[in-house]
Amino acid sequence: MNFFALFDLSVLDTTVRLATPLLLACLAGLFSERGGIFDIGLEGKMLAAAFFSAALAAITGSVWIGLLAGIGASLVLSAVHGLASITFRGNQLISGVAINFLAAGLTVLIAQSWFQQGGRTPSLIGGGRFEPITLPFADALSTVPVFGPIYAELISGHSILVYVALLCVPGTWYILFRTRFGLRLRAVGENPAAVDTAGVSVVGLRFAAVGICGILCGLAGAYLATGLQAGFVKDMTAGRGFIALAALIFAKWRPWHALWATLLFGYLQAIALRPDIIEGALGFKVQVQLLDALPYILTVVILAGFVGKAIPPRAGGEPYVKER
Amino acid sequence: MTMTAPANAPAIELKGISKAFGPVQANKDISIRVMPGTIHGIIGENGAGKSTLMSILYGFYKADAGEILISGQKTEIPDSQAAIAAGIGMVFQHFKLVENFTVLENIILGAEDGGLLKPSLSKARKTLLQLEQEYDLKVDPDAVIEEIGVGMQQRVEILKALYRQANILILDEPTGVLTPSEADQLFRILGRLKDEGKTIILITHKLREIMDITDTVSVMRRGEMTATVKTSETSPEQLAELMVGRKVLLRVDKVPATPGDVVLDVKDLRVVDDQKVERLRGIDLQVRAGEILGIAGVAGNGQSELLEVLGGYADGTGTITLNGQPIELTGAQSDGRSRRARGIAHVPEDRQREGLIMDFTAWENTAFGYHRDAAYQSGMLSNNAAIKAETQAKMDRFDVRPPHPHLAAKNFSGGNQQKIVLAREIERNPDLLLIGQPTRGVDIGAIEFIHQQIVALRDQGKAILLVSVELEEILSLADRVAVMFDGRIMGERMPGQTDEKELGLLMAGVSGDA
Repeated sequence: MNFFALFDLSVLDTTVRLATPLLLACLAGLFSERGGIFDIGLEGKMLAAAFFSAALAAITGSVWIGLLAGIGASLVLSAVHGLASITFRGNQLISGVAINFLAAGLTVLIAQSWFQQGGRTPSLIGGGRFEPITLPFADALSTVPVFGPIYAELISGHSILVYVALLCVPGTWYILFRTRFGLRLRAVGENPAAVDTAGVSVVGLRFAAVGICGILCGLAGAYLATGLQAGFVKDMTAGRGFIALAALIFAKWRPWHALWATLLFGYLQAIALRPDIIEGALGFKVQVQLLDALPYILTVVILAGFVGKAIPPRAGGEPYVKER
Repeated sequence: MTMTAPANAPAIELKGISKAFGPVQANKDISIRVMPGTIHGIIGENGAGKSTLMSILYGFYKADAGEILISGQKTEIPDSQAAIAAGIGMVFQHFKLVENFTVLENIILGAEDGGLLKPSLSKARKTLLQLEQEYDLKVDPDAVIEEIGVGMQQRVEILKALYRQANILILDEPTGVLTPSEADQLFRILGRLKDEGKTIILITHKLREIMDITDTVSVMRRGEMTATVKTSETSPEQLAELMVGRKVLLRVDKVPATPGDVVLDVKDLRVVDDQKVERLRGIDLQVRAGEILGIAGVAGNGQSELLEVLGGYADGTGTITLNGQPIELTGAQSDGRSRRARGIAHVPEDRQREGLIMDFTAWENTAFGYHRDAAYQSGMLSNNAAIKAETQAKMDRFDVRPPHPHLAAKNFSGGNQQKIVLAREIERNPDLLLIGQPTRGVDIGAIEFIHQQIVALRDQGKAILLVSVELEEILSLADRVAVMFDGRIMGERMPGQTDEKELGLLMAGVSGDA
């Protein structure tokens, strides 16, 4: 029995890769919900972004054009959500559900119409994908004990979006807690009337929140199709938008907690890919299906409120109507 | 703000302001002048148009006609930002604070100096210290709003306005949530602000506040400004008449009580709350038929728990009898339904949370608690037509306005909501009526009516237990006064043989018979 094998570098490396889209989506949700707009459409936005980034990358051969297309698609859906829930004061859950359905159907339909490959995009090759980046000195340092392999295998060798996602954590924290925009954003999610009477536009702030959410979901989706995998397949988000929401609750709407929460989910997804390691570590065989289900089981446990009291932003889900 | 206007220009002048919402004329050709360094009261019943007028002044609504002059200069106020820029600060009845922010964060929100918070926060901290000394407004800048009391929250709202360099401060029903001593403190602060040259507009429906603190007062009725007078040249009676449009009895007109047999007998009643704190520590009291027992006390000294136990939605220990028959204090027979069946009607303290379901219609609310009545049934279904007809009749008898059973409870004013609850409970012909804060948030015309109904019920020989934090109300309505402090009855007095000072000492727990 080797318990430490559970934390094998290759598993941790996969953890980081798999946690990246969750982290981006989680931070996307964080901005939106801190601003008072609940968004269960993270899944749909990621899916749309995944498809359009893969499609445009396949057509143009440029992953960067793909990335922009992905962000654009996600932003369009964000605009729909914003229009429905901010401008027209509709029900945010229903708008989110609609976006999820819309994305699930449209991506496959358009993919079939454009590429005739059974709802997929062609496999991305060369410049159509985000390639791993080897950080400076990774090779030179790989012989240094302990630190060398960690640097070379775990820290180096990811695609650019992984690093972007990680940098988004302190970035989000800074914006939220150290800037005027962050103060106002948090205020508008707690008590929009306070923001309104202070002479600041509630609608403007909420659209900004939804817009940032759209950009981050776009990054998450693009990473799925052009970084983690090489192309789009039907329903490739596989519930990641919902896992990200669960992680957001687990993280109590805080950026650093979001990193830890999504790494935990990423780890569960990573370990599920390596039943051999688990068998080696625990000394008995665990059903693969059970391992695959672990992140979702954790999601249900979190959403059922077993992780202590999580207080969402108080004005979340409520359209703002001026009093009197 | 720099003042280029002549020194004698009013701080605010409104000329011919009109505003209509559909067919309803909320403000009709309103003109007032408020001189700088004065406190101007605006008084009127709920729905008279006070709040609409102030919303226009703070940029929430655009007036259909009329103009606003600030320090003699014509000013457009299309939004709150423009109002702030014109030096107007508003303290709303329901505070506009972010609950989990600190005092400091709330103060800078919307008035930050730049993109980063740190410089704004340290500047605000300094300014706050100055303001604190200048106006005697004490707050802890690092306290979180949800952890401080309403009195301090209100001071934060005032500081917010001062931080934005407001010269004109509008306060909308500021004492509604305050205890008497907090209200006194607020008035001291307002006096200080006035001395420093600020102009204050105080919106209220409490005549006493107007008389105590304002220099001039305007009266509004049905969207119109019916009078503007110097406070020193008017009287509460005159103001009340101007407000309501007819003579109003400010004192309750009643004959001496003729108490009969003991209806409610409470012995050694104790209640322990969820946090294991003893809220009632051995209450003994009796209410006789045909008398009103008033329970006075500062809010939070066990009055709510007393009503809850008697009304059947909290457990307690001790013995209670109604007309000599014991009443269950725990178990299945101690719920509100059983209490009602025994002849105990209850008008709860918080009518919006406990007395009504705000989103439901008046007729549905009229049936609540009595919805199992045979008269309301039609086979397996409820007989909605019967309930509606009865509601209509009750609304007519209790002068509920508008008399529409289909209207949701939230669309009625506070006074009319209370009348709906009162009609439901009184018309059941109870032996004992429990009534908490009968006139909280209720305007003068309705107060008079509600008081008359309570006295009429007493004169029918019913026993009434009245809980109110308004000492004035207790003194004018009750036949006997018991003062509660810290879960105990401190003493009983007869209204004619005591005064506010003596009762105040009992309320503070300073002296007592117990």
